[in-house]
Amino acid sequence: MEYILNPWPWYISGPLIALVMALLLYFGKTFGMSSNLRTMCSMMGAEKVASFFKFNWKEQIWNLTVVLGAIIGGFIATQYLSNDSVTNLNPTTIAELQNMGFENSGATLVPNEMYDIKVLTSPKSLLLLILGGLLVGFGTRYAGGCTSGHAITGLSSLQKPSLIAVIGFFIGGLIMANFIFPLIF
Amino acid sequence: MKYLKFLLVGIFFGIVLVKSEAVSWYRIYEMFRFQSFHMYGIIGTAIASGILFLQISKRGVLKNIKGANIFVPKKEKGTFRYIIGGIFFGFGWALVGACPGPMYILLGTGVLSMIIVIAAAILGTFIYGILKDKLPH
Repeated sequence: MEYILNPWPWYISGPLIALVMALLLYFGKTFGMSSNLRTMCSMMGAEKVASFFKFNWKEQIWNLTVVLGAIIGGFIATQYLSNDSVTNLNPTTIAELQNMGFENSGATLVPNEMYDIKVLTSPKSLLLLILGGLLVGFGTRYAGGCTSGHAITGLSSLQKPSLIAVIGFFIGGLIMANFIFPLIF
Repeated sequence: MKYLKFLLVGIFFGIVLVKSEAVSWYRIYEMFRFQSFHMYGIIGTAIASGILFLQISKRGVLKNIKGANIFVPKKEKGTFRYIIGGIFFGFGWALVGACPGPMYILLGTGVLSMIIVIAAAILGTFIYGILKDKLPH
């Protein structure tokens, strides 16, 4: 039981993520989480504004079901399959984040400094979450996929466009974490 | 009932991503600062296992539930949209510390403010849909 309650090592987790992809392929579908954002636009009537959203979203209900499952899975994992272990971060990371104003790094999954309901009254916190979400939503459709569609499925099937997209993901992420974070935090 | 298997896959996915700490904002930061091997290990072994699975299934050993060959759709050819779109995505990924899958999962773990990020991501997708024909691809 300890093995389950403690965080899982990377060499167990990676293959299990591949198993998710394999199961969806076995069911005749593909692993792609960001497609759901487009589906949700269509459900809300976005096809009236742009032809990009004109498709039969009902064919995507299976993927929305995966999303629902993922939410439930997140709940089950934190409520029933976790102990109080703190994410075992590099001490350098913790010190760096402390310098930028982040306390208790690793005690929670996301920093309270950004996500706590209380900090959302500050326009800056709210703006950062909105901006980040916009960038993810816009970027993922521009690039035609996200981490699941490109990094896992695309690279596993040795597709060059996915390699280019993943290089893009890392260019963006490296610039943000290394050069923009010191300016905003 | 035909959706039950997808619900179960989703639950499994959510559990794996929480237990692997791949949904941790801090793990994403650490990855982009090259201060830990953890995320590279996860992504690396996921891809290695994925390649193995697809190579085996390509040889016709494994069929899908309908008895047809395992099929991965091909991405359109191109460079510009992938690199530029990818960079936009990377900015957002590092900032909110979550890509689309983890956004939903984190909501389930109780991070309620993730609803704002998800709503903004839906809006971002909507903006792309409107601008699509005007953007270089």
